[in-house]
Amino acid sequence: MRQPPPEIEAVGISKIFGALKVVDDVSLRLAPGTFHALLGENGAGKSTLVKCLMGVYQADAGVVRVDGTPMHAGSPREARRHGIGMVFQHFTLIPSMTVAENLVLARPDLPLIIDWKAEFTRLRDFLKQAPFQVDLESHIANLSAGQKQKVEILKELYLETRFLILDEPTSVLTPQEADEVLGFLRRLVEAGELSVLLITHKFREVMAFCDSVTVLRRGRFAGAGRVTALDPERMAAMMMGEAPEGRRVDKVPAKRGAALLQLHALRAMDDNGLEAVHGIDLTVHEGEIVGIAGVSGNGQKELLEVIAGQRAATSGHITVSGELHLPTRALLRKHRFFVLPEEPLRNAAVPRMSVAENIALRVFDKPPFREAGFLLNRASIVNFGRDMIQKFSVRPPQGDAPIGDLSGGNVQRAILSRELSSGEVRVLVAANPCFGLDFKAVDFIHDRLIETRNRGAAVLLVSEDLDELLEIADRIYVISGGNLVHETTPVDADLAVIGRQMAGSH
Amino acid sequence: MKRAESILIPFGAIAAGMIVFGIFCALAGANPLLVYASLWKAGFGSWYSWQNTLVRASPLLLCGLCTSLPARAGIIVIGNEGALVVGGLGAISAGLATLSMPPWFCLVTMGIAAMLCGGLWIAFSVALQHYRGVSAVISGLLLNYLAIAFMNQLIEGPLRDPSSLNNPATYPLTPDHRLAYFSGTHVHHGILFGVIACLIAWILVDRTTFGFSLKISGGNVRTAQLVGLPVGKLVVIAGFLGGACAGLAGMIEVAAVHGRGNESLNAGYGYVGILVAFLSRQSPLGVLVVSVMVGGLLASGGMLQRAHDLPDATITVLQGILFLFILLSDTVYGRFRTRAHINSGVKANAVAV
Ligand SMILES: Nc1ncnc2c1ncn2[C@@H]1O[C@H](COP(=O)(O)OP(=O)(O)OP(=O)(O)O)[C@@H](O)[C@H]1O
Ligand SMILES: [Mg+2]
Repeated sequence: MRQPPPEIEAVGISKIFGALKVVDDVSLRLAPGTFHALLGENGAGKSTLVKCLMGVYQADAGVVRVDGTPMHAGSPREARRHGIGMVFQHFTLIPSMTVAENLVLARPDLPLIIDWKAEFTRLRDFLKQAPFQVDLESHIANLSAGQKQKVEILKELYLETRFLILDEPTSVLTPQEADEVLGFLRRLVEAGELSVLLITHKFREVMAFCDSVTVLRRGRFAGAGRVTALDPERMAAMMMGEAPEGRRVDKVPAKRGAALLQLHALRAMDDNGLEAVHGIDLTVHEGEIVGIAGVSGNGQKELLEVIAGQRAATSGHITVSGELHLPTRALLRKHRFFVLPEEPLRNAAVPRMSVAENIALRVFDKPPFREAGFLLNRASIVNFGRDMIQKFSVRPPQGDAPIGDLSGGNVQRAILSRELSSGEVRVLVAANPCFGLDFKAVDFIHDRLIETRNRGAAVLLVSEDLDELLEIADRIYVISGGNLVHETTPVDADLAVIGRQMAGSH
Repeated sequence: MKRAESILIPFGAIAAGMIVFGIFCALAGANPLLVYASLWKAGFGSWYSWQNTLVRASPLLLCGLCTSLPARAGIIVIGNEGALVVGGLGAISAGLATLSMPPWFCLVTMGIAAMLCGGLWIAFSVALQHYRGVSAVISGLLLNYLAIAFMNQLIEGPLRDPSSLNNPATYPLTPDHRLAYFSGTHVHHGILFGVIACLIAWILVDRTTFGFSLKISGGNVRTAQLVGLPVGKLVVIAGFLGGACAGLAGMIEVAAVHGRGNESLNAGYGYVGILVAFLSRQSPLGVLVVSVMVGGLLASGGMLQRAHDLPDATITVLQGILFLFILLSDTVYGRFRTRAHINSGVKANAVAV
């Protein structure tokens, strides 16, 4: 029988990185069987705080008590022993292994010799009563972000975690998937089997699933309360302080121009050599945002990788204004072609290099960054980085930190600053650009995308968030099974039809 | 902090390695403290031993670069020995073919031939990894054997000087077609090549847009592709440059030390170069310092045998131990950082209280 969830109490937690006090004297008490939300803008210190709870980081001050007894700090193993588990913001599955292997290897009491047959039987039994299904045999590397997230959560349930910390688990899920996952966890909480600490940027989820919230602002406690006594406005105010209302960019009426970005019968395989993109034809005109909606794992990842130059197309080609486009530096520049891929730390950044260097990746070989034909002007990289960091409010504002140390949202901002910095974008391709961003940052990015479109660029936006597409796209395609199966506009969109097309029943 | 770490950790590793080596010596019946003293004396104790050290450091400088340049692009090259050998063979062939020309012309031709041979050798191995997925470690290892077999073929076959009886060798270079020595010493000009190569490599990786591109594709290939860098070309060029350095080391051995091509080409400088590259954490300036250090160790090998009755291979044991500790030390990077932060945090709190 499952034990009841423990009571977790954190008192006066502080964590310092270098000169930066990232978490500053924060306390938190979670009664058994609660669904608690932790809110705060990007870089507020949410991930750092929960990593201290989980023992990934050793807090510089403060204690964590489990059912009243202080926990030995700085040991994830110990946290596990108390039934505390965590799904991290960045995936921690081993990409080259299968789902089954990942689930089994995560067991802390793994025997020296694994009886795979028995393990598989156990896994199948476990999956029978799990909220969602995954193929045990598929390799993690071939799963989409949404599928990986489900495996991460399954792993925790499989390990019989009783206090589950989720760091933005839904930023890679569609709203439907998110409801499915959180609804399931909610039922476990109500059954008294689980406590959940959820980090999220989505007020909708807080209102629908959580009992209480704690809000952080710049590393400090900024408020708490029961959800029934709060509303999104109040929570937003706690998160941002008395933040001035930003001016939103208006979407000017569509002035659709000439065809700019075109995909011609594009085909591509996934990592297993199976065809994932089945001959996609698509045109994006000047001054429009074309959205591609779909459930993750329907070829979006491969399509985007082909466009980004990270995967070779098996046939077909891409043109910009009728000219062949290849992912070389010369053509990227000529076509003023920019890409914002998903999982920016993995796809668009060099984690070990500094923020400023990462921001310079598009321009470092052009004057003034290049001197005397081949020398690198480091000072101008630093200056440029400083400008961009300020313009796109990347925090912390030091450009010399490795970009891998930034909070998820700030990595996204830094990459965005690189891709959108030159006001001369003609083609912009973005994939789930708002994953993991706080609401202010989401507005900020949507504004930049609309601004780019208003200036006459062609914008292709691949997103699993249908609401996002309905809000900012001019035309929407639905992708399913590697084909574009449906075309509509936000005005004419019929959600029932889109839903059915996404599910692949057409 | 980071800077301190990058100096403290390698030295810590060396110290730990030396201690384990001391235990080894004690077990072999020698007094470790006296062994350390002889190591120091034989490597750096006098002007004479310094000269020995520098002679050994010259090929090490170049062989260290052979691993550290491609490492910038994320590829681990261990084919240094093979590149040195083919470089030496290229050099002697070119040298023998141009003996009738003025010495400067002959030496330049030898250098170019050596760099081409070594460069293509490693470029091939790197290209195999990038385009065909064959690990450069595996191909490098195999190519080492191939290079040695090829050398034996040449010095026992077409290039063999009939007068070299039980130690087969190629025809010799004439004395005036060999690399000169600094006057009054037995240190040859090859050390200059090594030092200059390290300085150029440093500028290349640290100060040029090319070096920056290498760092990007070594740091994250997907990002390099996204921003349109020609990843394949970059890694192959890095491999070529590294191989060219090792090839040049072969030319130095031929043109300065042996004056002909023979089995001594395969003296292990290539392998020790890998050690040098890892010790210096792939930094060209680090290679400059570490090569001299390791050169000193190599120079003291004979001394250990004579003075302490230790087997000749002792110095190889030391190298192996050091290599192990260097690889181990790689895993502690970053840990001290958090430790130090914790300490500083505790202090800050204590002050606050
Ligand atoms: N290992 C680290 N070294 C140095 N600074 C760090 C490290 N980890 C986090 N930081 C800094 O601490 C701050 C808080 O980061 P954290 O990841 O906790 O934010 P977050 O609230 O989870 O934000 P997001 O919503 O964007 O994920 C950021 O400014 C980040 O740059
Ligand atoms: Mg976070």
